[in-house]
Amino acid sequence: MMNCKEATRLMSQELEHKLSFGTRLGLRLHLLICRGCRATERHFAFLRTAARRIGSPQA
Amino acid sequence: MDTDQIKTALAGLRPQLLRFAKLQLRSEAQAEDAVQEAMLAALAGAGKFAGAAQVKTWVFAILRNKIIDELRRRAREGNVADFAPNDDEGEDFEELFDRRGHWDEPPVAWADPERALENSQFWVVFEACLDGVPAKPGRVFMMREILGLETEEICKELGISASNCWVLLHRARLGLRECLSRRWFGDER
Repeated sequence: MMNCKEATRLMSQELEHKLSFGTRLGLRLHLLICRGCRATERHFAFLRTAARRIGSPQA
Repeated sequence: MDTDQIKTALAGLRPQLLRFAKLQLRSEAQAEDAVQEAMLAALAGAGKFAGAAQVKTWVFAILRNKIIDELRRRAREGNVADFAPNDDEGEDFEELFDRRGHWDEPPVAWADPERALENSQFWVVFEACLDGVPAKPGRVFMMREILGLETEEICKELGISASNCWVLLHRARLGLRECLSRRWFGDER
């Protein structure tokens, strides 16, 4: 089973490019049993939302 | 809008523009220059704008391009090989994970992060956290997420491989996550 360090690496990479089916499956299995990584995945997505707003501020 | 109206709108935007430029360029003088140039360029477009909102979008777009140009210039002149991650900021993260790669302190969900986006104090903290990310991961993260460049282009500009780029982004995201948890989302650990 994949560990959390590897899972966060893949979650970050998933924001850059599509992961292979096998890798995605492994990651999803890890997320199913790991609450800390599930939280991290949402945090990563939020960082993207927040950072993009700095670059194109809403009037 | 006439020239005077645009001048007024730009003057009001200046602090925000300057903060944005400083964050990216990490140089007060270069940030001042970039903002000055962007404001002049926006002013040259007088007559085109229907309202202050358009001026804002326009001047930010100009500034963004100026910042990207400056970063490119630096990459060309500087030693871009420096951008490959080295051992002490590579993939270790031993402060976050135990030897088996499991969380030392598993992250917890943030309460209502969307609401934070509407809070001006949040942005102060977010920028402080960005500033606190080590230089290389911070640079790559900002090029990717704030300036909105594609990973491919960042690699080319900085002369690093895609996998180096991903390592640096991973590093930046973990650092920012940690920083916001501590400094904004009230994770008292």
